[in-house]
Amino acid sequence: MMLKSIFAHKNLMFGGTIVVLVVLMAIAAPLLAPFDPVFDADLMNSEMPPGGEFLFGTDTNGRDVLSRVIHGARISLSVGLVTQILNTIIGVSLGLVAGYMGRFWDDLIMGLTNIMLSIPVIVFALAIMAALGPGLINLFIALGLTNWAYTCRITRAQVLSDKKKDYVKAAKSLGYSRASIMFTQIMPNILGPVLVIATLGSAEAILLEAALSFLGLGAQPPTPSWGGMLSSARDLLFVAPWLSIFPGIAIFVTVLGFNMLGDGLRDLLDPKSVGATKLGGVR
Amino acid sequence: MFAFIVRRLLQFIPTILGISLIMFLLLNLIPGNAALSSAGRLELAPEVVEQIKAELGLDKPIVQRYVQYITRLAQGDMGQSYLRRYDVSEVVFSRLGATLKLAFAAISIALLIGVPLGFFAALKQGTWMDMLLTVVAVGGVSIPQFWLGILLMYFFGFMLHLLPTSGYGNGSLANLVLPALTLGLGYTAMLARITRAAVIEVLTSDYVRTARAKGLSELAINVRHVFRNAFVLILTTAGLLFGSLIGQTVVVERLFSWPGIGSLVVEAIFQRDIPVAQGCLLVIIFVFLTVNLLVDILYRAINPQIDFE
Repeated sequence: MMLKSIFAHKNLMFGGTIVVLVVLMAIAAPLLAPFDPVFDADLMNSEMPPGGEFLFGTDTNGRDVLSRVIHGARISLSVGLVTQILNTIIGVSLGLVAGYMGRFWDDLIMGLTNIMLSIPVIVFALAIMAALGPGLINLFIALGLTNWAYTCRITRAQVLSDKKKDYVKAAKSLGYSRASIMFTQIMPNILGPVLVIATLGSAEAILLEAALSFLGLGAQPPTPSWGGMLSSARDLLFVAPWLSIFPGIAIFVTVLGFNMLGDGLRDLLDPKSVGATKLGGVR
Repeated sequence: MFAFIVRRLLQFIPTILGISLIMFLLLNLIPGNAALSSAGRLELAPEVVEQIKAELGLDKPIVQRYVQYITRLAQGDMGQSYLRRYDVSEVVFSRLGATLKLAFAAISIALLIGVPLGFFAALKQGTWMDMLLTVVAVGGVSIPQFWLGILLMYFFGFMLHLLPTSGYGNGSLANLVLPALTLGLGYTAMLARITRAAVIEVLTSDYVRTARAKGLSELAINVRHVFRNAFVLILTTAGLLFGSLIGQTVVVERLFSWPGIGSLVVEAIFQRDIPVAQGCLLVIIFVFLTVNLLVDILYRAINPQIDFE
């Protein structure tokens, strides 16, 4: 039944396939890439157009663009994974505390959540980058700390509705502690929506990492990150356009995969919701 | 209505205070002391560093600094740049015009193209045109904005020589086209999706069925009922999208060398010029909050039954 409905969702299948392929590409990068992304630099091969030995051409330092694009998947996927793990942990914990403890904690956490929602994620990330300075690790921190508000809200709402249900009352009368009720009874119910938010959030984080790396705030050369590659390609756009084309396609396809997977998961888990109005896109 | 506006304005104050506090703490508490990092490269003697800190007021306790900061902020004073001795407010506001122009051009593109497309797709729900629009919209949401800008720049600027590829060009319209399209097209796709979903929701509602049963023409139903009701949702979403859009000006401005707040904040981050970065980011948030306030008021004017409490 479940399996059949998975196959019935085109978004889920298509997006899932893309994501799986990108993950495989990232894992097998050293096997797939014909050259080393950083050390195989040969100035004799500088800025060669695509074709022949270098399928996607070479950059100014004579490095193979294809190999760099393949290795770039590792950075983009780690950004998606790490930031969403951080955001999910923060959002779920705060949402559980706000919903279950109520009163002061609820007011405090929801006040903070509303402020987070009224600041565009990119602006908050830029503030953290301004404090910590440019760099890939700092970018991970910035994106991992700023996008938990939706998760927090949904978790809290679920807790508030579950709190009155019989199974929670039963657990309470059996003498379960608050913490164990929160984590063992209520948490499994929010996994679905949280998974959807995290999948769509990965797409957003990958886009933001690319944009901030494009500004020069993320991975520094020679690290093969897609946004960083586009950043160094910017001044060469009219001379060596292939340097700008391939990393961009890689970002586009990966983000598309995560967005479709997220939409598909939402349709699968919550068929009643109406497309884009509920979660997607509105950040 | 008047009471509503006053209440909304009063809600504005704690929000902006909370945001300014978070921003201030973020930018002033984290190690990598700002005064040292702006002076650090020069290998100054410790006395000189202390003197610089005293001049910038960084030797005082953090609470005192925040109180001072917020009092000055209320008077429109955002302090002085660490690097060059200019007033942050002056520079930020001199750049604000260019950013607002870009942002409003982009959101206009999104509204003028996205809403009709979404409306059309909803009326033709299930046809190949609807499918095509949906596919394009999903693609439009996933395309990295700055990469789209690079493609537009290459195609219209370099290959066709139709439009200038960078700079403000003394405010000429030709210079605005590519940055505004770059910033606006992604949001066009989002608005099209949201409009489609909103219109479909309204189309299946009871009052539309009633209107149909009354024998109203399709055109009258669409104009009088569907669009008016869907518009409320579209408007709110557009207000929310505007926040993300005004944040994204940072990237687009940098790409097109557009002289707005966005390019200023990136420079300030590279130079660790905290007061400038802080001022730029606060102004961006302030613009977003103001737009949402206006949207709320408009929303209320269109649909007085809605109760926000």
